[in-house]
Amino acid sequence: MKELQPMNDESKNNQEIKRREFLKSLATIPVFGLFLVNLWIKIRGDAQKRKNLMLDLIQDKEPPAIISSLSDSKHLNIGVIGYGGRGSHLVRGVGFATKGWIDYAYNASKENSLHKAYATFMGQDDLNCSLVGVCDLFDVNADLALDASQNDIRPGGKPKNTAVRYKHYSEMLKQDHIDAVIVATPDHWHSRITIDAAKAGKHVYCEKGLTRTFDEAIDVYDTMKKTGMILQLGHQNRQVEANDKAKQIIDQGLLGPVNLVELTTNRNSPWGAWVWTIHKDGNQKTIDWDTFQEPSPNKIPFSQEALKRFFRWRCWYDYGTGLSGDLFSHDYDQLNQIIGMGIPKYASSSGGIYFYKDGRDVPDVWHVTLEYPDRDMTVLYSATLSSNNSRGNRVMGHDATMILGGQSNAGGVGGFRVVADRESTQYRERIEKGIINTKYPIYNYSPGSKQIDGVTSATSQYFANKGLLYAYRDGKRVDPTHLHIKDWLDAIREGGQPKCNVDVAFEEAVTCAMATESYLTGRRVEWDPVKRRLI
Amino acid sequence: MEDNHSINSSTLINNTQLYGLVSLRVLIGWHLLYEGVSKLLNPYWSSAAYLLDSKWIFSSLAKAIVSNPTLLTITDYINMWGLTICGLCLLLGIFSRYGALGGMVLIALYYLFAPPFIGLEYARPGEGSYIIVNKNIIEVLALFVLYHFPTSHLIGLDRLLFGSKK
Repeated sequence: MKELQPMNDESKNNQEIKRREFLKSLATIPVFGLFLVNLWIKIRGDAQKRKNLMLDLIQDKEPPAIISSLSDSKHLNIGVIGYGGRGSHLVRGVGFATKGWIDYAYNASKENSLHKAYATFMGQDDLNCSLVGVCDLFDVNADLALDASQNDIRPGGKPKNTAVRYKHYSEMLKQDHIDAVIVATPDHWHSRITIDAAKAGKHVYCEKGLTRTFDEAIDVYDTMKKTGMILQLGHQNRQVEANDKAKQIIDQGLLGPVNLVELTTNRNSPWGAWVWTIHKDGNQKTIDWDTFQEPSPNKIPFSQEALKRFFRWRCWYDYGTGLSGDLFSHDYDQLNQIIGMGIPKYASSSGGIYFYKDGRDVPDVWHVTLEYPDRDMTVLYSATLSSNNSRGNRVMGHDATMILGGQSNAGGVGGFRVVADRESTQYRERIEKGIINTKYPIYNYSPGSKQIDGVTSATSQYFANKGLLYAYRDGKRVDPTHLHIKDWLDAIREGGQPKCNVDVAFEEAVTCAMATESYLTGRRVEWDPVKRRLI
Repeated sequence: MEDNHSINSSTLINNTQLYGLVSLRVLIGWHLLYEGVSKLLNPYWSSAAYLLDSKWIFSSLAKAIVSNPTLLTITDYINMWGLTICGLCLLLGIFSRYGALGGMVLIALYYLFAPPFIGLEYARPGEGSYIIVNKNIIEVLALFVLYHFPTSHLIGLDRLLFGSKK
């Protein structure tokens, strides 16, 4: 060929220049090639690792979708009994907020763009309800509830009906047009109101803890079963996606045998220890003290002490059960949701009033041991109200430990992580091959990690870590309290049972009662499931 | 592209200078490219964590970006694709002055959103010890040098596209 087309010197030169030009143009291409090769090795290695880790072991199911609004179905009339801090939050979950709250939340969002309370509230589904009945023993709260029922700054706009105040809940229960009631009174009223409401044909959303005593738990359970009315207990953690994911992991045996679970509460503020504000307008005229203390074992005349007890009722066994009904119940229910361990065989507890020596009779440092011999498992609960050291909740398996909340919270809320155990049997081979590094989580779940919100106060952070403040559906932040109310209303409209129904509510109530009983009597308490009694 | 300051074969004192500059360009290109690609490959990556930890004059702007999902998504895309494209430009020597300029702007923003000034405390753990000067500001300056001493018309695809005399 060369002979057929001989090149002269000049063209040879040109050719050589072109060749060099070309080489210089492409000189860094090999570096790019090297980059691509290394990128490919890295991607392949990561994929292999991921494949060998849990991500692949977990049969990913679709995240729970946002259930479409049932606003075209039956309109429901709701009554609220107890419109304090929690009651007002629940009523916002239904879709009604006071003008004062709207102003506060709106202004807060203007001042701090990360404050999402207003946007979250206004973004709620319209649940097609009216707030028609209000009952609170404190006039100021009752007026606020009336105000909320009339406020048309809400998802869905102008309310269909507005509320009437009833001095006593029994009057409210006589109203035929009321379909369902929310009970957010102090705990000593829960069982009586719930039972009376169910008997009057009203569905009930009751705040936790379900009851103050064991006997009340039995009565509530029997009544709900007999009347067939729908009960939702106020453990909104049941709506948190992370807990469903955690359940999946445990159901698949990825932690191996679980013999010990540690649950903790770590708070360190007067608010967190129920030293709540005594309202300036709280007095004998505005508070119905006699009705308030009617079901409590010990009664005192109206006084400064009574005022303290009215507003800080969680500090006394006469009205609640302290840590047991308030916070242990949440952690217990979250674990029950994930593991489904039910009522323990034995419960023992101890603690004391070590920090808040303010006249309370419930402990501020308190620990519970629950024994499940049939499941070869112990559940330890440990709480302090005088340290924020966030210990998280740990489900400790032979093969891996799941750490929920607390220090596991890496950027997201309501997340958890799973760390393999270096002596694991299930993962031994993978650990030896270096596929699993026991220093790093093999599974990390941080919902909403792409959507950040400004959770600022320590107490909010505490709840957020436990997944109690925000849930995520399709990456959108929603208030689990709203989802929990919606779940209850859906069950009322469609039939079926809500997520924290009477069966699991009963387990919570009995377990909490066992723990309280053990503390008060100083002995181990046994559950007799056949005769349904405590031994 | 202005080329008053461009190095060409006549202004080069020696090839070592050229190779030094090309190596610097390629290494920074590699760095930016991988920073971009690794973000593109991670479905959970978001600039939110970095922005939330922002201090100094841009912290309120950072907060505003994070609180607005649309703005945050745009910011994420600018970072992921911006770094990838600037990295490719520098590594391959294609439109590499634009690549240097883009990289400079991005990294200068990283510096300004979280400068290592005395008294500013950051939540995320640092990977080195810095006071005022950190690796970001050095990389910005290196890109500044590369912008004013372009080499891609000598070694790089720009030579093929525009010729060495460009």
